[in-house]
Amino acid sequence: MNDTSHGTGGLTFDQSKRTWPNEMNILFALVIIIVIFEILGQVLPYMNGQSFLFDTRGRFDTIFNEARLQIIILQVAIIGIIALGVTQVIITAGIDLSSGPLVAATAMIAMSFGQTELVNGNPNPKAIFGLWAMDLPVLVPVVIGLLFGAMIGAINGTFVAIFRIPPFIATLGMFLICRGIALWWSAGRPVSFPTESYKFLGSGMMPVVWFLSLAVLFHVILRYTVYGKHTYAIGSNEEAARMSGINVKRHKIMVYTIASMLAAFAGVVLSAKASTAQAGMGEFYELFAIAMAVIGGISLTGGRGSIIGTVLGAMVLGVIRSGFTFVKLDGSYQLMAMGSIIIAAVILDQYRQRNRA
Amino acid sequence: MSDEIVLKTEDLTKHYGGVHALEGANFELKKGEHIAVMGDNGAGKSTFVRQITGVEQRTRGKIWLYNDEVSFAGPLDAREAGIETVFQTLALADDLDVPDNLFLGREITKLDWLGPFRFLDYKAMRAATLEGLEKTAVKIPNIRNSIRNMSGGQRQCVAIARTATFHSRLTIMDEPTAALGVQETEQVENIIRTLKEAGEPLILVSHNMRQVMDLMDRIIVFRRGRIVANLKKEETDGQDVVAYITGAKTGAEFGDAA
Repeated sequence: MNDTSHGTGGLTFDQSKRTWPNEMNILFALVIIIVIFEILGQVLPYMNGQSFLFDTRGRFDTIFNEARLQIIILQVAIIGIIALGVTQVIITAGIDLSSGPLVAATAMIAMSFGQTELVNGNPNPKAIFGLWAMDLPVLVPVVIGLLFGAMIGAINGTFVAIFRIPPFIATLGMFLICRGIALWWSAGRPVSFPTESYKFLGSGMMPVVWFLSLAVLFHVILRYTVYGKHTYAIGSNEEAARMSGINVKRHKIMVYTIASMLAAFAGVVLSAKASTAQAGMGEFYELFAIAMAVIGGISLTGGRGSIIGTVLGAMVLGVIRSGFTFVKLDGSYQLMAMGSIIIAAVILDQYRQRNRA
Repeated sequence: MSDEIVLKTEDLTKHYGGVHALEGANFELKKGEHIAVMGDNGAGKSTFVRQITGVEQRTRGKIWLYNDEVSFAGPLDAREAGIETVFQTLALADDLDVPDNLFLGREITKLDWLGPFRFLDYKAMRAATLEGLEKTAVKIPNIRNSIRNMSGGQRQCVAIARTATFHSRLTIMDEPTAALGVQETEQVENIIRTLKEAGEPLILVSHNMRQVMDLMDRIIVFRRGRIVANLKKEETDGQDVVAYITGAKTGAEFGDAA
C-alpha cells in the first residue's frame, strides 16, 4: 500500500500465490489420527503388534487392510450423504436439524412402496398397502422418497427465507414433525421385506458409491456453478448478495430443498441397507452430519466450507470410530473422544483464522 | 466536455411522512463532468443519491438518464441502466475473491441451459477483472485473495473497480474515503482522477473540502433538503462553500430555499 502512483503495477493472477487450502489441514489431522492408532496397535500390550491400516497377515493383495478401509468409509457413508446437504445449508449461514428424523420418515414412506408381495411364499406380513403397492419398480419408492424430502425442505426453506424464522427454530420444529410423521405412518410398526432391487440400493458398498458420487457432483456444483457461487455469497454477506441482484429467498429455499432431498435419499439407502424401516431410525444423524461439516472446517457463521472438507470430516469420524473398535475401547469412550475432537477442530480453526487475518 | 446531459432531475422530492428530506431538487450533470455533492449531515445528500439509484422511491419529480426518462423499481434496475454506485457501507462478500465480487449477480457463464447450475466462466471473469482494474489503475496484489484479507482501501478500490469493469454510464460515490487512512484515500483519489481523464461522469458525495476542491468541476450544496448553491470550482473557495453549507449564504437563483 505504499505505492500510490498512477499505473497498473502489481496486478497479478499468480497461481503460486493461492492460499494453502483449509482442506490440507484436515487431511493432515486425518493422517495424524491414523498414525496414533497405528502406534497404539504397536505399543498397547494386548494388541500383539497388530497394524491399524496395513495388511500384516497377507489376507489381501494390497498393502492395506482392505476390510478395515471398507468399514471405515461404509459406516460414515449414509450420514455423509446427509452431511453433503447440511454443508450447503451451513454455508448460507443456516442450519438443518431436521435431517435425522427425515431419514426415518422417508425410510418408512419410501419402503412402503418398495415392498415385495410374497415372503417365502406367504403374503408380506408387514405390508402397508394393498397388492397394488407390491413389487413396484424401484424408481417408484425412490421418487416418492425424494419428493417427500423436497417437500419438507421447501417448507424449511420457506419458513427460513420468507417468514424469517431462525433456521435453528424452523428446523427444530421440523425435527419433531418428521419424527411424528415416522411414528404416525404405520402406527409405530416397522416396514419390512423390500423388493430385491430396493435392497440393492443399500447392499454391500452401494452406500459408499452413492456417497462418493454425490460428493463429486456437489463439489462440482458448489465450486463451478452459479448456484454454488450464490450459496457462498449469501452466507458471506446476505445484504451484498441482495444488492447484487441475487434472489436470496428463492436461493435459500432451493438450498434447503436440496439438503432435505439428500437426507431423504440417505433414508432410502439406510432402509435398503437394513432391509427394514423403523420410526426410530437415524437418531443423532443430524448432529453427526453437522459434526462432519464442522470437522471439515466449515464456518457456522456462513461463507466458508467445502464438500471436500466435509468428506474429510466424515473420514475423520469414521477413522476414530474404527480406531476405537480396533484398540478395543468401549462405545462410551468413542462418544467422548468424538465430542472432544469436534471441539478441538473448531478451536484450531478459529486460532488459524485469527492468525491469518 | 460535450454538452450531452448525462443525468437530469426536475423537482425531485422525497418525504418521509412529514419529514421533507428532499424538496424540489433540479440537477444537471454533463458528460465528462465530475460533480461534488456537499452539505451538513441530514441535508439531503444521501436521500438525493438514494432516489437516483432506485434504492428508495421518490415522492415526486422526474429523472432523465441520457435524455431518457427513467423510473427505477430498485437498485438493480439502476445498475442495469448503467448507474454504478459505491456505497458508504461496502456491498462486498468477504469470503469471495475479487472477480467473484465484481461479477456477483451477473456472472459470465457457460452451458446456460443448466439453469441455476450453469457453469461459471472463471477465465473470462478474471480477464475482465484485470482489464477493469487496469482501467481504474487499481492495485491489488492478487485478485484471487478473498476480500476478508484486504485492507479498507483495497476493498474500496474493488467496489470502485466494478464501475470500470461494466462500462458504467454514470458513477456515484457516497463518501468513499470516509473510513480510509491517508494513503488509502490518496489511492481512491487517483482512481477518481483516472475516471476524469477517461471522461467518465461522476457524482461524489463528500465532506472532505480539500478532496472536492482538488478533484471536482462543480459543487452542489444541499441544506435542509434543498439545493442552495451550484458553484463552479474556479469561482469559489473553501470558505465560500462552508458559508453555503452552514446557511450564511444562499445562491441567488435559489432564493426561495433560504
